[in-house]
Amino acid sequence: MALATRTDRRPSTTRTLWDSTVGKKAVMAVSGLIMLGYLVVHMMGNLKIFFGAQEFNAYGHWLRHIGEPFLHSHWALWAVRVVLLAAVAAHAVSAYQLSRRDIKARPVAYAHKRRRAGYATRTMRWGGVILGLFIVWHILDLTTLTVNERAWAGHPYENVLATFSTWYGNTLYITAMAALGLHIRHGFRSAAHTLGAGSARRDRTLKALANALALLLFAGFVSVPVGVMTGVVK
Amino acid sequence: MKLNLRVWRQQTPDAPGAMVTYEVDGVSRDMSFLEMLDTLNEDLIVRGEEPVAFDHDCREGICGACSLVINGEAHGPERTTACQLHMRSFRDGDTIDVEPWRAAAFPVVKDLVVDRSAFDRIIQAGGYITAPTGSAPEAHATAVPKPDADRAFEHAECIGCGACVAACPNGSAMLFTSAKVNHLGALPQGSPERETRVLDMVAAMDDEGFGGCTLTGECATACPKGIPLPSITAMNREWLRALRKGRAARD
Repeated sequence: MALATRTDRRPSTTRTLWDSTVGKKAVMAVSGLIMLGYLVVHMMGNLKIFFGAQEFNAYGHWLRHIGEPFLHSHWALWAVRVVLLAAVAAHAVSAYQLSRRDIKARPVAYAHKRRRAGYATRTMRWGGVILGLFIVWHILDLTTLTVNERAWAGHPYENVLATFSTWYGNTLYITAMAALGLHIRHGFRSAAHTLGAGSARRDRTLKALANALALLLFAGFVSVPVGVMTGVVK
Repeated sequence: MKLNLRVWRQQTPDAPGAMVTYEVDGVSRDMSFLEMLDTLNEDLIVRGEEPVAFDHDCREGICGACSLVINGEAHGPERTTACQLHMRSFRDGDTIDVEPWRAAAFPVVKDLVVDRSAFDRIIQAGGYITAPTGSAPEAHATAVPKPDADRAFEHAECIGCGACVAACPNGSAMLFTSAKVNHLGALPQGSPERETRVLDMVAAMDDEGFGGCTLTGECATACPKGIPLPSITAMNREWLRALRKGRAARD
């Protein structure tokens, strides 16, 4: 009996990519790496807060005027925002669809319970949800200033200080950064393997790099609320 | 040795199942796990009860028929198949949980027997080469570099037991599929179908309702043949390469 082959007619590359678990995971990996790249730059920019209000506010001002006079003001900023929004959407949708599929693939649990995989691996889904909610609050707090206590437009230094002078601001922020560290610890290595960049020999390096990135981002971001709390930044 | 067994009993594919407790006496340390189940079944038959159904064939660790999750681990605590697992790995008076492979793509047929024909369909989608068959070719006709031969052999060791799927929290068949993709892809005989193989086998894998990979590494830990986790990475690389090549061919 001749089996039907799939070689006759193939769907488009995009269709194949999005419909396959391997392809969808690649979309998740690439969008995750885009966000990771942004976070490294974001974290480094945040550290300017330790050099005083004038320098930090000037940096905030410059972000809105990158590329001028070739670009109109805010154009570069909006370009970054659009890319990030697309990355967040692609990441979340692929994560949701793949998770749904994974849960459906194992409908009956084992009666003998056993701890599987590490903490970072097991918390990827909930950690991702926490990060999504954090981003919403973070934008309302320091971009639109809707929920900021100070809400002084054009003065990010003072607004950041206001956020980290509240107990809930510190709690939300530090919790989210812990979730971020764990997410990157598993996510970075996972992305490398998904994109076929890992190998038996390189896995140890990838693990170390993932841990270093996670720790660096966590420490860098958390240094700001800690700086405010300890009075280093005031 | 005297053991308490908690075994999954299920009459038919649609009937609800449950863990049933049995006491097995007179177990020798040198028995294999399957021989211990034989002892239980002899007892059950004498008592006029239905024996426990479980898959087994060669009983020497090479056929991939046995499929037991023992104390939550596919093939039990040792890195081998359940038939090569000996009762010396357990202690007198232990309570041991025995369950079937759990995955949507592996429905339970009866008790501990699951239907693994989903694996056959993945193999049918691309786990072959189109070299002409007949008498064996001259061994030196096609030179294969030693590292490639080793790599192919490492992956050819897969016996298709399905422990990777059973161990994976997502019920994913990535390790199984990658073993065949890497095995044939490493050899010149397998290269004419290099691109179609990986695309078709991954598509067949998805069609069967297996989950995706989240890099938990449970599959490679459970694999009795030691297929390594980076095999999945290599398959991802092959798949993305095939997609790019397919696009180039179309344009």
